[in-house]
Amino acid sequence: MPQIFPPNANAFVRWALVGGGLFVGLLIVALPIYARTVNNAVRVPVAQPVAFPHNLHVEALGIDCRYCHTSVEVAASANVPPTQTCMTCHSQVRVGDPQLAAVAASWESDRPLAWNRVHDLGAYVYFDHSAHVNNGVGCSTCHGRIDQMTGIWKNEPMTMGWCLECHRAPERFVRPRSEVFNMAYVPPADQLTLGAELVAAYHIDANHLVQCSVCHR
Amino acid sequence: MSDTTRPGHAPAVPTRAGDPLAPDGARPVDLGRLRERLSQQRGAAYWRSLDELAETVEFQEFLRKEFPRQAAPLEASFDRRDFLKLLGASLALGGLGACARPPQPHEKIVPYVRAPEDTIPGRPEFYATAALDGGYAEGILAESHQGRPTRVEGNPDHPASLGAAHAITSATVLSLYDPDRSQQLLQRGSPRSWTQFAAAMADALGALTDGPRLRLLTETVTSPTLAAEIRALLAAHPGAAWHQWDPLHADGAVAGLRAAFGEDLAPVYDLSRADVVVSFGADFTQVGPGRLRYAKDFARRRRVRSADDDMNRLWQIESTPTPTGSLADHRVALAPADVAALAAWLARELGVADAPAAALPARVEPSWADALAADLRDHRGRSALFAGADQPAAVHALVHALNHELGNVGHAVRYVAPVAAAPALHHDGLRDLVADLRAGAVELLVIVGANPAFTAPADLGFADAMALARTTVHAGEYLDETGRDATWHVPSTHALEAWGDARAFDGSVTIQQPLFAPFYGGKSDLELLQALLGRPERSGYEVIRDAWRERVSGDFEAFWRRSLHLGVVDGSAAPTREVTRRPLDLTLPVGDDLVVHFHPDHALADGRHANNGWLQELPRPFSKLTWDNAAIVAPATAERLDVRSHDRLALRADGVEVIVPVWVQPGQAPDVISVALGFGRAAAGRVGDGVGTDVYPLRTAAQPWARAVRAERARGRHRLATTQIHHSLEGTGERRHIVRAGTLAELRQDPAHPKFVHPVTHPVSDITPDWTYDSYAWGMVVDMTVCTGCNACVTACQSENNVPIVGKEQVIIGREMHWIRVDAYYRGDLDDPSFYNMPVACQHCEKAPCEPVCPVAATVHDAEGLNVMVYNRCVGTRYCANNCPYKVRRFNYLQFAELAVNATELSLAHNPDVTVRSRGVMEKCTYCVQRISSARIQANNQGRRIRDGEVVTACQSACPSEAIVFGDLNDPASAVVAAKASVLDYKLLEELNTVPRTSYLARVGNPHPAVTGASAAAPAEAGTEGVL
Repeated sequence: MPQIFPPNANAFVRWALVGGGLFVGLLIVALPIYARTVNNAVRVPVAQPVAFPHNLHVEALGIDCRYCHTSVEVAASANVPPTQTCMTCHSQVRVGDPQLAAVAASWESDRPLAWNRVHDLGAYVYFDHSAHVNNGVGCSTCHGRIDQMTGIWKNEPMTMGWCLECHRAPERFVRPRSEVFNMAYVPPADQLTLGAELVAAYHIDANHLVQCSVCHR
Repeated sequence: MSDTTRPGHAPAVPTRAGDPLAPDGARPVDLGRLRERLSQQRGAAYWRSLDELAETVEFQEFLRKEFPRQAAPLEASFDRRDFLKLLGASLALGGLGACARPPQPHEKIVPYVRAPEDTIPGRPEFYATAALDGGYAEGILAESHQGRPTRVEGNPDHPASLGAAHAITSATVLSLYDPDRSQQLLQRGSPRSWTQFAAAMADALGALTDGPRLRLLTETVTSPTLAAEIRALLAAHPGAAWHQWDPLHADGAVAGLRAAFGEDLAPVYDLSRADVVVSFGADFTQVGPGRLRYAKDFARRRRVRSADDDMNRLWQIESTPTPTGSLADHRVALAPADVAALAAWLARELGVADAPAAALPARVEPSWADALAADLRDHRGRSALFAGADQPAAVHALVHALNHELGNVGHAVRYVAPVAAAPALHHDGLRDLVADLRAGAVELLVIVGANPAFTAPADLGFADAMALARTTVHAGEYLDETGRDATWHVPSTHALEAWGDARAFDGSVTIQQPLFAPFYGGKSDLELLQALLGRPERSGYEVIRDAWRERVSGDFEAFWRRSLHLGVVDGSAAPTREVTRRPLDLTLPVGDDLVVHFHPDHALADGRHANNGWLQELPRPFSKLTWDNAAIVAPATAERLDVRSHDRLALRADGVEVIVPVWVQPGQAPDVISVALGFGRAAAGRVGDGVGTDVYPLRTAAQPWARAVRAERARGRHRLATTQIHHSLEGTGERRHIVRAGTLAELRQDPAHPKFVHPVTHPVSDITPDWTYDSYAWGMVVDMTVCTGCNACVTACQSENNVPIVGKEQVIIGREMHWIRVDAYYRGDLDDPSFYNMPVACQHCEKAPCEPVCPVAATVHDAEGLNVMVYNRCVGTRYCANNCPYKVRRFNYLQFAELAVNATELSLAHNPDVTVRSRGVMEKCTYCVQRISSARIQANNQGRRIRDGEVVTACQSACPSEAIVFGDLNDPASAVVAAKASVLDYKLLEELNTVPRTSYLARVGNPHPAVTGASAAAPAEAGTEGVL
């Protein structure tokens, strides 16, 4: 019986095996990188039913974060405001503006607006805004200069590794409580010294911050 | 007896080695041999089941293997080709799993349009209201997440609860969202609107001819407002009549009070003032009005921490083992007629001259009975006697006479005006109703809540009689057996959906408030009455407010807000009423050779909770049966009838035959077959239909609780799903001191008595690191002296932690998911053992065997001593469970929990603060880490430490006996540190050096010094050799 494969087929098989191995290796390395970067939607604007400009409301008009995000200091959820909050001003200001049609319609019809979630954590992650805000983690630390955003996007990857950057060394990021809502806050040159003082003053148990049970339950 | 030979019979299902359904050749449990073994045993030997004593193959398998019967699929022959195919498939699937989430639509955030005042999104709110048990209110706090009720706990301000919750109460949120609940108003199966119904009712009532043409059938009503509306309806239709039907109603209690005092009253006990408690068939911590309060008061007088503490004494006379009875210092299992005879004997002995004469039952030792009488004589005015709901009027009357004679009235017992709006003998009332129906006198029959087509005594033939009414209206939460046959069916609201009011055992009134609008539509009982009164548009809210506006003077809004906030109306408890005793004229029940004894199911009650999976899968006390009821028989009776567990027994009485699977239960009264009511529903819903056996057909109106029966083994066998031998701890018995128990006298004699204390010297272990705990160190203590094994902790945990159910087949192979289980242990004689309850959840070992074996660090130690489970890391190797000596880890073999992608209405009952685990993930008790986190964040935000008592675990909060203490071991002033300081404190399997954070307080009994026979906490013959 004649040979089916010529002798150089052996080399082909060898190279195919090596190539296959390399390909699998590449996948193992590349997929997580892809998942954490390109596919993580960082700085990708998310369309919303109402094109709410944070920059107009915060930077130009000077409205405090907590005017709308009422429960950020007391609860896990910062609270996406009810239509009612919009209407406190917009029943007087820019009434009939087509950009606000969805808000007006919600108010009239008593049907809530359905916003698209921007910061979507895993279902097994329990994040608490109040625990961060009360311990000197500023809004801008995680959300960036949201006060300057025309649209809305995620400013940080919000991966576990990113969380741990701070949970492992909170002194690198904490700021005085008085500066938490200051969007333009710039860490001082001696952040590590100040941070260490604040960590002590706020009774931040750095050892406990890296326990699994802090975020997962 | 042991050499009884019996012909083999064909098993109903295929069997395998170690299967309890194995043919007779491999007879698993030989009772005679067991007796012999037990009699030769010296010292205290604790055993969990007959299987364990007999060392059956099945028990060995459950004991040695963490995952019995799991290896089978892999043992099957596997050829190379299949192996490679599977390997390829798993690689491919593994690759897919590693991919990042594919682009998916954004999750939506839907805020309010108009936010309710005071609502903080993400933070639960608690509303005080009441759950009803047999019509009586038990105060609850219902947790609501932005309008979604997820959990029910006891209301600490309510006198009937004091913060505790019954197992059924905790499970009520699952019933609330049950998609099988009735959702549509129907007329003969066709959808109708509320307006059409109201119009039809107006026509029907308008067309009523004179005479008793209108009949109303409700359950026990304690609601003052509902009673007033009912009376208004009766007044508007002269000749109309109101009957009540609750198959579990204690007719004997009503009749007994009338016999003893000549009037309707309600007894209210104060067990904090009772040194001696005697119970004639009363499971007073589990059944009847005031049960949770009685459990609290009883346990508070029983708890022992040191030799200086005092404790009460419980004498329990009962037919079948009950949770209350498991705590008894002296317990005797008697047939129902003998219970009555003993009550009569005792009454005569203690000076109740008009008690009927009765000889002491043969099973009661004269010395035992004399000690009981002497104990009561010594504690005049400081004792309390109970009669069970299933006891006849004579026993109730005798118990009242005894309490009166012993001077307990005014101390541990007082009487108040009846709490029920219309005390009645339900069986007589139903018999009258059926007679009227048969006579053709009834034009309109309105049934509110009750399900008599299923629950009525079979000899009344209620279902046939009901068809004789021209129009029948049924209002109920389910389109049940009665609703299907009614002309009209109106969906009812759940207790968390409606306005109402109800009274507790002591008369206190709770105004019930809804947490949200009726989820499946539905009308409350009050609203149904409005339709009959010709004002169908009136809401329950208006009715209840108007009714209370008339009752209170002064600032009504302030009263309203305060009453709703507290969950109880101030000063509404009934005042004590003076009673005068009437001469007794009682006839005692006559015993029979073999009787069947009916009791409410521990979880399903009369069957109304049959569609609640949490309750179906709740292991019943002692038998640990799930998804079935059984004919509970004593070992001696099993020998006599030649049956064993999983056999089928035909029960015959008056031409009715019911075939029930057998469960052999140590401690059951001989010649008494106990069967639980509430199973075998035909129209319960998808979960409850056809589960278990309906035994109502055996019940008669004249003898609703016990009657003579003939029994014979029927062909075939029935596989019962019991968890009794699951998660057995190796070495159960002599050497490991898993259960430690002694008497108060022994404790006083020697605080380090070997029955309580076994110092263990540990070898130095360097496998696990020595942790330091700088901040908090969480720990728990379980007090075995007061644990009744009532399962309140089990459903509370299930509700709090989103623990799924798995179904009967999965329970059989040991896959039930409960994070906390209650191990039942026996000691002593097969026929008359003592009972011990030991709740076991994750022990949170400081040197945890599960931690080092996890290859992916999914179970790790945390800085506060919690042994945490990281679900998102778990890959399901199950090494941790294999290495856990306490067998507390549970694995999701299948997708048991409802995930968001295939969620049904039931997933609304999930606690949003706890991850819902998916298939392939290990889970276990977390010490309610979500509650710790929540308390820590709150305390941290306020710049302080967590206070003692701020973190209450779900099991701890529900426990009616306050047997569970939880707290910070680093806080020297905490309650848990105080409890652990007790000499009785010990750790389970301490010799393994796992250093568990959960410890147990040894069981202490208080037997009467004069009794030398069997007693609960310390058989006199038990030496210490076995213990040592």
